[in-house]
Amino acid sequence: MPISDWFKAREQRRYTAPTTTVSVADVPDGVWVRCEGCKRTLYMGDLERSEMVCPSCGKHHDITAPERLALLIDEGTFAEMDADLSSGDPLDFTSGKAYADQVVAAQERTGLPEAIVTGTASIGGHRVVIGVMDFRFIGASMGSAVGEKIARAFEMAATLRHPLVMVTASGGARMQEGMLSLMQMAKTSAAAARLAEMRVPYVAVLTNPTMGGVTASFATLADVIIAEPGALIGFAGPRLVEQTIRKSLPKGFQTAEALLEHGMIDMVVDRRELASTLALVLGYLQPGDE
Amino acid sequence: MEFERPLAELEDKLASLKRVDLTDQPELAAEIAELEAEIGRIRETLYTGLTPWERVQIARHPERPKTDDYLASLFTDVVELHGDRLFGDDEAMFAGFGTLRGRRVAVLGHRKGKNTHENVRRNFGSSHPEGFRKAERLMHLADRFGLPIVTFLDTAGAYPGIEDEDRGQALAIAGCLAALSRVRVPVVVTAIGEGGSGGALAIGFGDRLIMLENAYYSVISPEMCATILHKDARRANEASACLQLTAADLLRRGLADEVVPEPLGGAHTDPPAVIEAIGDALDAALVSLAGISREALVVARYERLRAIGEFTGE
Repeated sequence: MPISDWFKAREQRRYTAPTTTVSVADVPDGVWVRCEGCKRTLYMGDLERSEMVCPSCGKHHDITAPERLALLIDEGTFAEMDADLSSGDPLDFTSGKAYADQVVAAQERTGLPEAIVTGTASIGGHRVVIGVMDFRFIGASMGSAVGEKIARAFEMAATLRHPLVMVTASGGARMQEGMLSLMQMAKTSAAAARLAEMRVPYVAVLTNPTMGGVTASFATLADVIIAEPGALIGFAGPRLVEQTIRKSLPKGFQTAEALLEHGMIDMVVDRRELASTLALVLGYLQPGDE
Repeated sequence: MEFERPLAELEDKLASLKRVDLTDQPELAAEIAELEAEIGRIRETLYTGLTPWERVQIARHPERPKTDDYLASLFTDVVELHGDRLFGDDEAMFAGFGTLRGRRVAVLGHRKGKNTHENVRRNFGSSHPEGFRKAERLMHLADRFGLPIVTFLDTAGAYPGIEDEDRGQALAIAGCLAALSRVRVPVVVTAIGEGGSGGALAIGFGDRLIMLENAYYSVISPEMCATILHKDARRANEASACLQLTAADLLRRGLADEVVPEPLGGAHTDPPAVIEAIGDALDAALVSLAGISREALVVARYERLRAIGEFTGE
C-alpha cells in the first residue's frame, strides 16, 4: 500500500469509536483463542469485552496503540499530532534485515507511520496530551522519529499547560540509528525535566514490555508511574542478565509487581480500571502556577 | 591485540636479534636495520586507516590511560566524594571536585581498574545504580555552587545484574539524564575510551563533547549488536562498522565537537602526551563556555539536544 493510501485509511479510522469492539490483528472475529497466561480457550468476543484481559486468570494481553487510545480516552476527543513523522535511514543500515525495509514492513503491518501515536485528548473530562507506543512497530524502539514525537508531545503539554500521559512499550533505543537513537534518551529526558520545572504534571503508564533506553529515560521520569499487571519492565533484557550472572532468574523478576515491591513505581493498575484511575490521579495533579 | 600480531612477531624477532653479539656476526647489523625499517613500514600501514573494530579494541586496551590517570595528572586539590546517601558507594564511578589549571570544577568519571584487584572492586568500570545516583548528587551540588562539570567516559555499559535491576538501574540513569540536562553550569564531556550505551550517556552529554581519536561511543556494544543481527557475537567486526561509533563518525554527525588525535598505535603508547592534549581541549572548552549566563547555558543545551535526530516529515 503506498504511503498516501494508508494515511487515508488511517484518517478514516479515527481512534475514537470505543463502542465498536477492538479487533486483534490477524484474528477474524468470533474465533476461539488460547490465553497466553492460563492456556484456557477463550471466546474472542469475551476477551475483547474485557479489554484483552483474560476473564479467567487476569493475564493482560498486548494491545495496539489505536486499541489503547480507544480504551483510554473520551470518545471523539482525540486529535493526532505529528502524524507525518517517520523514520529515515540515517546510517544506511543494511546489516541483517535492511532497516529501510523493516520500517516499510512495519508501516504496512500496523497502518502506523511510526512506533508511537501522539495527540491531544480528554481522559475522564481532563484535557491531556497523550502518547501511546505500539510494540508491533520494530519493538516500539526509539529512534529519531519516535524521540522527536515524544519531545514534541512534552513541549505541547508545556505550551498548553495540559498534563502529559505516556503509555510506554518498547524494547529500548533503536539500534539501527546508532548514536542518534542513544541521544534520543537525553533529548526526551531533557523535555521531561523541562516540563517538570514548568510544574505541568506527567503520568506514565508502563505496559508490557518497557525496557532499555526507554525505561532509562523519559518513561520513569514521570510524577506518577503506573504499570499494568505482569508487564516486563527493566533496563537490561532478562536474557542478558541471565548470561551475565550465569544464574537462573528469580520468579517474577522485572515484573510490574516486583518493581512495586522494590519501590520503583507508584501502582499496578488493572487495564479495566486504568482510565478511571488516570482520571482520579489527574484530578489531583493540576498544572501549577507558571 | 589480535590485529597487531604480525607487528608483534617482527618485534620479537628484532629483540632476539639484538641479543646476539654483533662482533662475531657483523652481517647481522644489516639484517637488523632492514627489520627495523620493515617494522616502521608495517606500523605505519597498520595504524593509519584503522577499522572501527580495531579502534574499539584500542579503546579497550588495558594500558590505555584511564580516569584515574587524568585525575592524577591534570587536577590538583582533588576531593573525592562517596556514596549515594541511599544504599552504598560505587567505586565504578568517580565523583568529586578538582582544580584544572586553576579552575575549580566538579568531576565525574567511569573508573576502570589498573589490575584485577582494582577491577573487581570497580566492577570493571560498569556502574551499579549507586554510581549513577552518586553522579546525580554531584550534578545537583555543582549546579547549586556554580561549579562547571567535567566528565570522563570509559565504560562498557551499566551493569546488567539482578540486584541492579531490583534497585532501579534504569531509574538511576534517567535521573542523571534529567539532572544533566538542566544544570545551570557548563558541562564538558570527554570520551577517553569506551562509551557503552546508557551507562555512558548518564554522564555523557552536555555543552561540549571532546573525543579521543580511538574512543568509541555507541548505542549498543558491537558484540550485542552482532548477536541480535546474526546470532553470533564474533561478527562484532561488521557490527562496529554499521553502528558508526567512532570519534570521526560522531564529529561528522555533529554529535562530537572535537577529536583529539592519538599517537600512532593508540593513547597507551604515550599517555602523558595524550593526557596533556585532553587537558588543553578541556581548558579551551571551559574558557569558551565561561562567559555564558546560567540561563543561556540551559537553553543552549536544550536546543542542542532538540536538534539531534534525522527523520522524514515536519
